[in-house]
Amino acid sequence: MAFHLGRLFKEIPVFSQFPTSGYGYSEETKPMLNTSFGFVPWDDAHHPDISRTNGELDGRWIFINGNNTPRIARVSLSTFETEEIIELPNSAGNHSSSFITENTEYVVAGTRFSVPVPQRDMPINEYKGNFKGALSFISIAPDTGRLNLDFQMMMPGFNYDLSHPGRGKSHGWFFFTTYNTEEANSLMEVNSSQNDKDFIAAVNWKMIAEYVKNGGGTKMATEYAHNVYDEHTHSATSTMKKEVITVDPTKVPGAVFFLPTPKSPHGCDVDPSGQYIIGNGKLSADLTIHSFDKMIAAIEGKKFDGEAYGIPILRFEDVLAGTVKSGGLGPLHTEFDDKGNAYTTFFISSEVVKWKLGTWEVLDRQPTFYSVGHLMIPGGNSRKPFGKYVVAMNKITKDRYLPTGPEMEHSAQIYDISGDKMELIYDFPTHGEPHYAAGCPADLLAPKSKKIYRLDDNKHPYAVTSPDQAKVVREGNEVHVYMSTIRSHFTPDNIEGIKVGDKVYFHITNHEQDFDVPHGFAMIGQNTSELLIMPGQTKTSVWEPKKVGVSAVLLYGFLFSATPRNARLCEGLPGRFKCSLNLFLRRIVYKI
Amino acid sequence: MKTSNLKSMLGPFLIGLLLLGCNEAPKETNSGDPSGSIATSKEQGQAFIENDESTPTVLSIAINSPDHTTLVAAVQAADLENALVNAGPLMVFAPTNEAFDALPAGTVENLLKPENKDALANILKHHVTPGKYDKAFLKNFKKLGQANDQNTTVEVKGDDVYVGGAKILASVPAGNGIVHVVDKVILPPNQ
Repeated sequence: MAFHLGRLFKEIPVFSQFPTSGYGYSEETKPMLNTSFGFVPWDDAHHPDISRTNGELDGRWIFINGNNTPRIARVSLSTFETEEIIELPNSAGNHSSSFITENTEYVVAGTRFSVPVPQRDMPINEYKGNFKGALSFISIAPDTGRLNLDFQMMMPGFNYDLSHPGRGKSHGWFFFTTYNTEEANSLMEVNSSQNDKDFIAAVNWKMIAEYVKNGGGTKMATEYAHNVYDEHTHSATSTMKKEVITVDPTKVPGAVFFLPTPKSPHGCDVDPSGQYIIGNGKLSADLTIHSFDKMIAAIEGKKFDGEAYGIPILRFEDVLAGTVKSGGLGPLHTEFDDKGNAYTTFFISSEVVKWKLGTWEVLDRQPTFYSVGHLMIPGGNSRKPFGKYVVAMNKITKDRYLPTGPEMEHSAQIYDISGDKMELIYDFPTHGEPHYAAGCPADLLAPKSKKIYRLDDNKHPYAVTSPDQAKVVREGNEVHVYMSTIRSHFTPDNIEGIKVGDKVYFHITNHEQDFDVPHGFAMIGQNTSELLIMPGQTKTSVWEPKKVGVSAVLLYGFLFSATPRNARLCEGLPGRFKCSLNLFLRRIVYKI
Repeated sequence: MKTSNLKSMLGPFLIGLLLLGCNEAPKETNSGDPSGSIATSKEQGQAFIENDESTPTVLSIAINSPDHTTLVAAVQAADLENALVNAGPLMVFAPTNEAFDALPAGTVENLLKPENKDALANILKHHVTPGKYDKAFLKNFKKLGQANDQNTTVEVKGDDVYVGGAKILASVPAGNGIVHVVDKVILPPNQ
């Protein structure tokens, strides 16, 4: 996850190891990447979404989904560090995620692909009717942000592609696009597009949550990891959970309905008023807009057009608010400004199209370079968009910048949307494929961004809060080095008596209490990464010496004096290892 | 200028030799400015990137075919070049010049008029399917959903495959899809 708008402010590792800071390498953060499959040090992050109060961005946390090994993460927007990762059982391709309800009650995560639940070996030709699509509702503690997998709805075995919460009048509902409602398992291209319409699933999550709260649902044995990072101990723990509550939607009448929507709808977006639900059929040229009021009227009038697996299907004509005849090809995603306009990306025709909510007329179109996926207006998927700019995130760059061989960074473009016509004002390469983004005004985050961790609040079990506590403790072949660092030395500065075969834990506490004075640490031949330790923080690096000799420790960071200290050579004794700490400059951090 | 450039490129290739001809990329390029210039013009986008290393796109295959000059002129009149170089995959049913000639007299000329751009685009998009299926695989389908949001039919008669009543004469794989050369213009069903 990267924070920038053409200028990179910070790259936040979430599901991936990150040698710059040691995330996923340090002993404290390795548990963050634990899953029921063991340590999984990467993922495919897709959809960040910022926490909300009354449907407006509140800037407390940002959530993001790991698509490949289904996970949801919560990132603090005061430390800008990943604080929590929860794995999702019964899921395969965690794609219709991670979207936040009106008051950050839930982060919601739908599975793109359906699987047997519980998982078991099953012939693929028994897919139809036997696979389930899990929609996970993860509750968020209002004060701490702590995540809890409250329940999973076990929906029919369709593909749940994208989703968004209702807002305003439709608060309490959640909408998911589906495709492959044919439940095809072979010749997918032929068989999964035979229905003229798939569905948008409308889920009354308030009703289901109430049902679960009153003891509804079935407890099911499963296994998923829940990893929590504590800002005070500077350490993460991983707990393996063994149970999840599943809900059969047919057991809660009135909670789930299907809205027929043409052509394998992909994006599922809700306008700021909560009235319109937009389905972008990716095999289509047109956008389908459903009306929340009409949906409620049809439900109350019980005007159903059959059912699928016991879930009532509403009549297309009864819920349709309008169609945007776009003239584009391959509509994917829609966001909104604060003036009643919507902006939709078209992948195949490489453009952003601006259209009017209610009249459905196309007002403007601008090309993107090239093949745009998502777009983002700050707050553009909330009740209060900040409709000054839209960022288009492209999947193809080609000739846009100086060439860098077959692999290149991909392009994003910023358009000024304050006038009648969109105006491309900036074009920049971003790391990887810029999949989706979340944005908000800087003054929502800047005032509360943490500058240092307080040393007197450091609860790390191996922290040393003053240099005289520094020590080396041997426990069998484990050696714990309690170490402190401050400009420009660290304590202890000589460690002797380490043997080949030992496992050495360097627990380093940064005693600086100044903004932006990190210290770095690494050992030669260390089979892990460097650490970057922020002021007041403790991090631990493991080193298993393999060769006899004298080793240098690289300590770097905000150092102005580069005098080698204690660069004393020690005689290596057979089978023994002496270590002398050699402090020298590896890198000066220049301030620009 | 556009037309004259095109004519100069159209060598006497046979359909079967299309792939050989396709290294001749369109020369009317307007490569993006490396500085990230944001100026836009009509001839901007992926279709106008100079690229002689990649497998030809469905667009460059059509441009390099002497039997598809009418189709190419129509694609340009409808401003659909950029859509046809998209990563896709896209399946294009490409009527030959002869197929266009078989339309009632004046039809093509009328469609090429600027005021009929939308109608022309609608007809052309009815010749495009999101996907990439060879002729043999197409036999699995009864219908295809076309890019203009309407369906067309698939019929199998012996070894032949007919899409919207047009017979597939030849097929040329492209980097971003496949071109099926067809003997008729596939008119969209009345809405």
